[in-house]
Amino acid sequence: MNPALRRMKDLPSTHLLGAGSAMCAGCGGLLALHEICDLLGARTVFVNAASCMTLLASYPFTPFRGSWLYTAMASAPAGAQGVRDALDILSERGRLPPEQDLTAVALTGDGAATGIGLSATAGAIDRGLDFIYLCYDNEGYGNTGQQSSPATPLGARTATSTGAHGHPASKMDLFAIWVAQRPAYAATVIGADPLDLARKIDRARALKGPRLIHALAPCPPGWSFDPAEGVEIGRLAVKTGIWPLKEYVDGRVVHTHVPHPRLPVEEYLKRQGRFRHLFEPGRDTRVLAQIQSQVDAYWEQVCA
Amino acid sequence: MRRLLTGNAAAAWGARLARADYVPAFPITPQTEIIELLAQWFGSGELRGRLTLLESEHSMLTAAAAAAATGVRVFTATSSQGLLYAMEMLYAVPGWRAPFVLVNVSRGLASPITLESDHNDVLAARDSGFLQFHCASCQEVVDSVLLAYRLAEDPRVRLPALVNLDGFHLSFTREPVDLPTAEAAAAFLPPFESQGIEFRAGRPVSQAVAVLGGSAYSYFRYETHLAAEQALQAHGAIAAEFAQRFGRRHDAVERYRSDDAEIAFFMIGAFATKAMDAVDRLREAGIAAGLVRPRLLRPYPAAALQRALAGKRAVAVIDQNLSVGKGGVLHGELASVLYGQPDAPLLASYIGGLGGRDISAGEFFQIARELQDAVLARRVPPPRLLYTAGELRQMRNLQAIAAGERGMPEARA
Ligand SMILES: Cc1ncc(C[n+]2csc(CCOP(=O)(O)OP(=O)(O)O)c2C)c(N)n1
Ligand code: SF4
Ligand SMILES: [Mg+2]
Repeated sequence: MNPALRRMKDLPSTHLLGAGSAMCAGCGGLLALHEICDLLGARTVFVNAASCMTLLASYPFTPFRGSWLYTAMASAPAGAQGVRDALDILSERGRLPPEQDLTAVALTGDGAATGIGLSATAGAIDRGLDFIYLCYDNEGYGNTGQQSSPATPLGARTATSTGAHGHPASKMDLFAIWVAQRPAYAATVIGADPLDLARKIDRARALKGPRLIHALAPCPPGWSFDPAEGVEIGRLAVKTGIWPLKEYVDGRVVHTHVPHPRLPVEEYLKRQGRFRHLFEPGRDTRVLAQIQSQVDAYWEQVCA
Repeated sequence: MRRLLTGNAAAAWGARLARADYVPAFPITPQTEIIELLAQWFGSGELRGRLTLLESEHSMLTAAAAAAATGVRVFTATSSQGLLYAMEMLYAVPGWRAPFVLVNVSRGLASPITLESDHNDVLAARDSGFLQFHCASCQEVVDSVLLAYRLAEDPRVRLPALVNLDGFHLSFTREPVDLPTAEAAAAFLPPFESQGIEFRAGRPVSQAVAVLGGSAYSYFRYETHLAAEQALQAHGAIAAEFAQRFGRRHDAVERYRSDDAEIAFFMIGAFATKAMDAVDRLREAGIAAGLVRPRLLRPYPAAALQRALAGKRAVAVIDQNLSVGKGGVLHGELASVLYGQPDAPLLASYIGGLGGRDISAGEFFQIARELQDAVLARRVPPPRLLYTAGELRQMRNLQAIAAGERGMPEARA
């Protein structure tokens, strides 16, 4: 780890991502992106898939200091492949001075990462593509009005899961899918823990090959909470054990933070309108118990 | 250098002579020979650069355009279902203004599924913004790849180009091909120029960004359209230079014995050579027939077609495609540029050659007869779907067998 990243005051003080974008107030994805941009620097090309963040670069404005390429919902990793291959070819020919080289960063939401873009992602990992995949996870198709995606958690109400018990399936484990392919690096992060995030970006930056940064992205309109509470909700996601902070490096998964004692998941759930039906008018004890037991089982297996 | 080459090998040679730096690929019959040859050449060092096997054509097209937008010369190839799988990107990437060449080996689309050729696949890309070249011989395939790069990379154009060859009839047919030397090809096609469209640290670029509102959207769409229209003029000069260097003329519209013809066939692709044969035999029988064949379908060479067809008495558009519920695509397009023109011919529509079905000499003669009748009657015959009584009989036999197969379990019981 970079010894310079010990305390909050070691984090970069210059901010590279411009303000005034089309994102919602309190967007947890944007918070993580701000922190990540500061660490990655301007020698980047963000290769974007259709998502909320697509509107960051709206003609004639961009908040990025580096480059940007919008592709389509399914193929951001393939865009990163084309850019990387071309840069390598130019470099082999001596037509790309090292200082002009770039890091290709695929930037997508959870919907692209766990669904329509998953085969492009698997292909890129399989080919050993040298890129960073940044997935900000607001647990639904946010841009289109928060319908359920494969990353939507059990019990959450979305525009398409409006029944009494909310979303009927558990959240797809994107981190595990990546790890199964033995990438160079994979990490979960959250904007609400900037120091943990910074250390992981720092580690990812120093490696080559496919690298995942998976950021939980509290989303005020999609999750129904007041924009001012985003950071607190993010912290609760970690303290309840719902969002484990971990990394995969050198072939091993290591948890960078083990919440102890773990708060009950209800502390996290009850702050968000998308889970209100689990508490009102009556308690949905079955779904609440199911969510808690999934989290318990996860940590038992981690600490075993 | 004269060699016997399949259409697929000719396409690969086109990429080799163009010194393509990068080939993102995904296999599909009948295109595979192209990417296998290129993979061999990259492997042996005969070609410098890299071939990357993607996991789908959608990704392949994305990678192709992303690499072109990073400043290298890109070649790729697909066919049929692959082209349709990539369709989202096919429409997206022309607006990036990062030129590259895509070869399509035409093959009919499901359903029913087939491996054999027709043009519904490539015509689905008609409105995408790709320039479109249609080849009738293996020689034309090599030449068109080189011409396509020159035109696509022209500063007035900067659009990707699609070169089409018919599956099986060209892809797997060996024909003698004059291969330009590497030096001559390089003299015709200089190294790739990014013209500032490239990703480099220190010179940030935002590509393919969102716009807000119809005015900005329309502006960029019109700009792409105007660039494609400019390609028509640019093509004239480039084709003339090509003819001067290599002795082969590839005009946007090929006219075969059509200048003094009274009736004409109108076709694209390899089957047009069958029409040429029919023209020769009709001429021997004293009938003034000719063939008009657009090589360039996008941009559409409207003025050249109007000139080529003015004064003809009747023209049969033979479409190897079917716009379901409408009919032949080329017929509708041609009608739109001939309508209201002085001296415009009667325009008849024929659908034929779907999924590899032959168009026989007898059918060309029959079409010629119907055109003559139309001229006398001053009436356009209704559109025809070419199919013979013999084919229908065979089909009835197959249906009887299929019905029998379905009935078998009961028959056994
Ligand atoms: C091929 C295709 N299908 C559907 C869409 C519509 N669409 C745009 S963004 C989006 C949701 C993306 O969800 P996610 O990846 O989670 O990102 P988020 O919107 O939540 O930021 C959808 C469905 C599209 N742009 N392209
Ligand atoms: S909908 Fe959610 S993820 Fe999208 S911009 Fe708004 S807060 Fe961010
Ligand atoms: Mg999402």
